[in-house]
Amino acid sequence: MREIDVKTVTENIKEMCIEANHFLSDDMKECLTNAVESEKSELGKKVLNSLEENLKIAREDMIPICQDTGMAVIFIKIGQDVHFTGGNLEEAINEGVRRGYIDGFLRKSVVNDPLIRENTKDNTPAIIHYEIVNGDKVTITMAPKGFGSENMSRIFMLKPADGIEGVKNAVLTAVKDAGPNACPPMVIGVGIGGDFEKCAILAKKALTRNVSVHSDIPYVKELEIELLKKINQLSIGPGGLGGTNTAFAVNIETYPTHIAGLPVGINICCHVNRHVTREL
Amino acid sequence: MEKNITAPLIGSEIKELKSGDYVYITGTIYTARDAAHKRMYEALEKGEKLPIDLENNVIYYMGPSPAREGRPIGSAGPTTASRMDKYAPKMLDLGLKGMIGKGKRSEEVKSAIVRNNAVYFAAVGGAGALLSKSIKKSEVIAYDDLGTEAVRKLEVENFPAIVVIDSKGNNLYEMVLQSC
Repeated sequence: MREIDVKTVTENIKEMCIEANHFLSDDMKECLTNAVESEKSELGKKVLNSLEENLKIAREDMIPICQDTGMAVIFIKIGQDVHFTGGNLEEAINEGVRRGYIDGFLRKSVVNDPLIRENTKDNTPAIIHYEIVNGDKVTITMAPKGFGSENMSRIFMLKPADGIEGVKNAVLTAVKDAGPNACPPMVIGVGIGGDFEKCAILAKKALTRNVSVHSDIPYVKELEIELLKKINQLSIGPGGLGGTNTAFAVNIETYPTHIAGLPVGINICCHVNRHVTREL
Repeated sequence: MEKNITAPLIGSEIKELKSGDYVYITGTIYTARDAAHKRMYEALEKGEKLPIDLENNVIYYMGPSPAREGRPIGSAGPTTASRMDKYAPKMLDLGLKGMIGKGKRSEEVKSAIVRNNAVYFAAVGGAGALLSKSIKKSEVIAYDDLGTEAVRKLEVENFPAIVVIDSKGNNLYEMVLQSC
């Protein structure tokens, strides 16, 4: 049994909120550099150049990469030999978000009730996904999610007979509908299988995977490659202003499902696909 | 084509703007997004005065992150414009000439742009740090209680934007999809 004080969780979450909103991961930066090289549209290239300059200003001047610093999505894997002390874990996570968003000059974008809509003024509560694993480690991924792209995400409850072609159509439909609204070049997280909510969580989790790493399931890897190619043929382009870079990556996660179903969750992210992971 | 324009906008200059033009805007613009639009719309329905004069003005659909000390504003990129589609035609009919945002607009907004000789610009979404450098002054002038969604008066210098829907109703987003 290993004891971890929840204050450590708070402190780490706070730092991760600030880090994720100012510094993009290396894999995402590499995608952008490659896109600048490959883009065929002149206006598209200009947009991509602006995005590179934006990242530089963000890290040097400590200005958030995007003003929509998102709702704080937390994936936390807890080793079953860990015992948290010093308070309630969920409160500690939200306290980390609160401090990160206030001390880090991040935007407070959360309203207390979906219809009454009063801003909570500290960006809490976070969306928290818990997972219990073996061992005595805690792994936290903090992923701020902006809603320009979140609003364009979809769930399709396909029939088994729709098969892989049905999945491809669902993804392409979601990307076409998203178009310029989702701030392309996008990253597409796809969850196939499970049930209604599982496919959505898988899709979100897929966005936190390194964009230069494909699925280790051979047919899924092929599907990721094929879908990315098809998406980039849509000519939506950077900013939706036309061009050959509409998406940076398609990341797919799968899970067993029911004999009667083929759920597909598509979580769309903009070019600012932010996520930071730490192990405690 | 690259063009330098001033805000508030001038009718004859709007006519010259074409979908796909890259413009640099200098002058005074206002921010308003979801909550401020809802409040302004309700004010109009009750016959009350708006906190800003719409005549020839530009509204930037934007809610910034907080400014660090000594800076006019935090990160300041565009938000999705379609959420303001319900309110935009009425504002255009009252004299609004320009909107800056990102993403698609409805047919109703497009028609209102054409009948009022107005223009819809896109700024680069997700480039809030870069765009903040073109904002020299920011002042909350209404609805302070809305926090990031308050109405702000901005002084901008060479603020970069792209003409998406011009005064003739040409739409760059549709043009790029048809060309493939």
